[in-house]
Amino acid sequence: MANFSININGKVHEVDVDPKMPLLWAIRDELGYVGTKFGCGIGQCGACTVHVDGVAMRSCQMTVETIAERERAITTIEGLSENGEHPVQQAWLEHDVPQCGYCQAGQIMSAASLLNNIPNPTDEDISTGMAGNICRCGTYTRIHAAVKTAAAKLS
Amino acid sequence: MQSTRRNFLKVSAATGGGFLLGFSILTSCEQKPAVVMMAPELVMPEQFVELNGFIKIAENGIVTIMSPNPEIGQNVKTSMPMLIAEELDVDWGNVIVEQGKLDTENFTRQIAGGSQSIRHGWVPLRTTGATARAMLLAAAAQQLEVDVADLRTEKGTIYGPGDKKISYGEVAELATTMDVPEEVELKDPKDFKIIGKSTKNVDARKIATGKPLFGIDVQREGMLHAGIIHPPAFGMELASFNADAARAMPGIVDVVELDCAPEGKEMQWSDGGTVRRSIAVVGKSTWQVMQAKKAVQAEWKRTSPAESSDGHRSKLASLLETGKVEVARRDGKPEAAFKEAAKIVEATYSAPFLPHNTMEPMNFFAHVTNEKAELHGPVQTPEFLEKSIATLFDMDPANIDVGMTRMGGGFGRRLYGSFAVEAAMISKAVGAPVKLTYTREDDMTQGTYRPDYLVTYRAGLDADGQLVAFHVRGTGTNGSPVFANRFPAGSVENYLAENIGMDSNITTGAWRAPRSNFIAGAEQAFLDEVAEAAGKDPIAFRLELFDRAINNPVGEKNDYDAERYAEVIKLARDKAGWTGTSNNDGTHRGFAAYYCHNSYVAQVLDLTMDTDKPKVGRVCCAVDCGIVVNPEGAINQIEGGIVDGIGHALYGQITFTDGKPDQENFNTYRLIRHPEAPTSIDVHFVDNGIKPTGLGEPSLPPVIGALANALSSAKGERVYDQPFVGGLRG
Repeated sequence: MANFSININGKVHEVDVDPKMPLLWAIRDELGYVGTKFGCGIGQCGACTVHVDGVAMRSCQMTVETIAERERAITTIEGLSENGEHPVQQAWLEHDVPQCGYCQAGQIMSAASLLNNIPNPTDEDISTGMAGNICRCGTYTRIHAAVKTAAAKLS
Repeated sequence: MQSTRRNFLKVSAATGGGFLLGFSILTSCEQKPAVVMMAPELVMPEQFVELNGFIKIAENGIVTIMSPNPEIGQNVKTSMPMLIAEELDVDWGNVIVEQGKLDTENFTRQIAGGSQSIRHGWVPLRTTGATARAMLLAAAAQQLEVDVADLRTEKGTIYGPGDKKISYGEVAELATTMDVPEEVELKDPKDFKIIGKSTKNVDARKIATGKPLFGIDVQREGMLHAGIIHPPAFGMELASFNADAARAMPGIVDVVELDCAPEGKEMQWSDGGTVRRSIAVVGKSTWQVMQAKKAVQAEWKRTSPAESSDGHRSKLASLLETGKVEVARRDGKPEAAFKEAAKIVEATYSAPFLPHNTMEPMNFFAHVTNEKAELHGPVQTPEFLEKSIATLFDMDPANIDVGMTRMGGGFGRRLYGSFAVEAAMISKAVGAPVKLTYTREDDMTQGTYRPDYLVTYRAGLDADGQLVAFHVRGTGTNGSPVFANRFPAGSVENYLAENIGMDSNITTGAWRAPRSNFIAGAEQAFLDEVAEAAGKDPIAFRLELFDRAINNPVGEKNDYDAERYAEVIKLARDKAGWTGTSNNDGTHRGFAAYYCHNSYVAQVLDLTMDTDKPKVGRVCCAVDCGIVVNPEGAINQIEGGIVDGIGHALYGQITFTDGKPDQENFNTYRLIRHPEAPTSIDVHFVDNGIKPTGLGEPSLPPVIGALANALSSAKGERVYDQPFVGGLRG
């Protein structure tokens, strides 16, 4: 166990954890940001996607130690916008995307990062960019449309 | 929180299918902090009147409607309260929806399964709304001193003669003293204002902003985290274990042995798949528990034979040949008809075991003491969970509190609440509130799987290409997938349906559209093969059979309405612009139609091949589910079923070696991903005004047939065995 300072959603938090604890479990269990979801623990499903210095990453694959040492700034779904006004979140509501909703925070974080990199994505850009996030309910066609709508809002 | 009940009475109402309506006035209630997002979110004022178990009305007109059923992503938390709000006649913009707890006195059928929530809720929930409205009207008549017949309602306001008007909020308290009407009149569907109008998912904002909604998000003061260790293979049981190393690890509180199905305790059907003896690790964080699990040294003993997938397939095949046959239906003289047939088509179809893989792994919160139990989490069968807990702990159900969270998918997995029972056992053992969380590996390897299936079809055609004989014989782990009275039963003079069972120690259970999820695809693929042999267009061939079923049906037990079936097929055909199975542009088309869970679905699926990889383009889907309560939500369910069906038919399979699942996580188990989803899905409803049926399941089964038919056209050879592509990423 050791003390680490990690920057989550613009605020520095102190955690006393095993250095190898994945960021996912520190933000969920220790800090109570439960919007970031556990899905597989091996970086395959995308449910735990957060932004690390603005780039979508799998929080189950990064240790608290690494994040703290490199002074990374983490953004979770709770910090993507103040009140859900991020264009991607708004597009999600407009298209009424969720069914069960469990994977959607990760989908939204991936989509926001994708649009940061490619402001006007093609269909193929969206398909490739969102391929790391699994939705068992099968909302992919809605996710696809919502990413397009968000891109239009952002441009 | 302080609440004073000034008036409480309970009346058994004759209306609403025997609902018990409890009336109380709460003068104070906990206020939730306002969450302001884009448009301000509605907040229920501190003061409100509870009009019955479902409805609370505040003086300012804000209405809270309880949603009784478990929400697994099928959107009942939106659509069921819509039924109440319609008859109550309130503005949906003033409605807050709250998840109801398990409450067997106020609510009925609090279960998520079989696509039945809307079908069963259709009259009772509307009656609940109409009953409350009638009492509000009676109160207004008294207050305004007018005849009730001279009053009308509109969006939460009651209007009388002249300029007399009063809001629901103003008469709600008086309304609780009115007699409960014996009978109420329900609206004519043409007057619906909420039903039939697309209404957004009531939890969508919370989902999009990451609010705690799910079982895995439950956090309580003093709560410990728990993990579970099940046997590594089916047919094995715990012999002994040493947890000294695990106990010594940081954050670990205890390691305990569980017996979740003790001798002499009568378990519920929902306890199917329960692992009797397992090991639980309890600690201060999920991660620490996951690490400590690896340090537990357990010895397992074999109690029943190890089964492997290869052996399974050959055992199913030999059972189909020589197994004990149960004749489920026989019409005419099938054996003689096959002898006389000019042409016989025969084909055998198979599908593997499938795990549910809900994105939210199994988890549950429990706090069990000697006196009472609190359970809170994701379960599709809360009523049965309460019964199991009452039995296991010899506890009065009145002391058991079961709450439901939103669920990160169900698909049948959470019908079997053994994980909640485990959480309760762990809490009792360590004397603390506990949240049990399965890892993905725990979740994927413990069952309760969709069984593997094998079915052989035979069809006899006469010299004119007419179907004169039909034979289906099916088998599968823990039961046959054949539905004897479904189409084409009723459309063929000589018909034989047979079942053969196979026992296994691999736990199986309901998986989205049980049995239909396999047999529909097999049947619809076979009908295409028969149509081809008869030299007929696949849709025209099916419609000929339905003509027979409509005009001169064979037998009396046919489990479908042939006219509705034919209608939905024609709608899909017309909307898709069907001209045949392959087009000149390299697009291959597959058709399928199926009726299950009381709804009719027909689909045309377009597919192209990218070298050897299939890519689904447009899926055109026609649906007859009667009245569509929430069109946008309904379309979302249908789209989801289509994507889910395509994904599992192309890629899904779990295999076994010596009883141990070979796939444990998403690196070896392939679920459909974004680039593999159809390019577009268009949904068309039959508008017939018939009372509504469910949509959580019906779009999935047929799409596997449509996919098989398109793929067969693309490959130039029929496909018989799922998964059509396979599990490894190519």
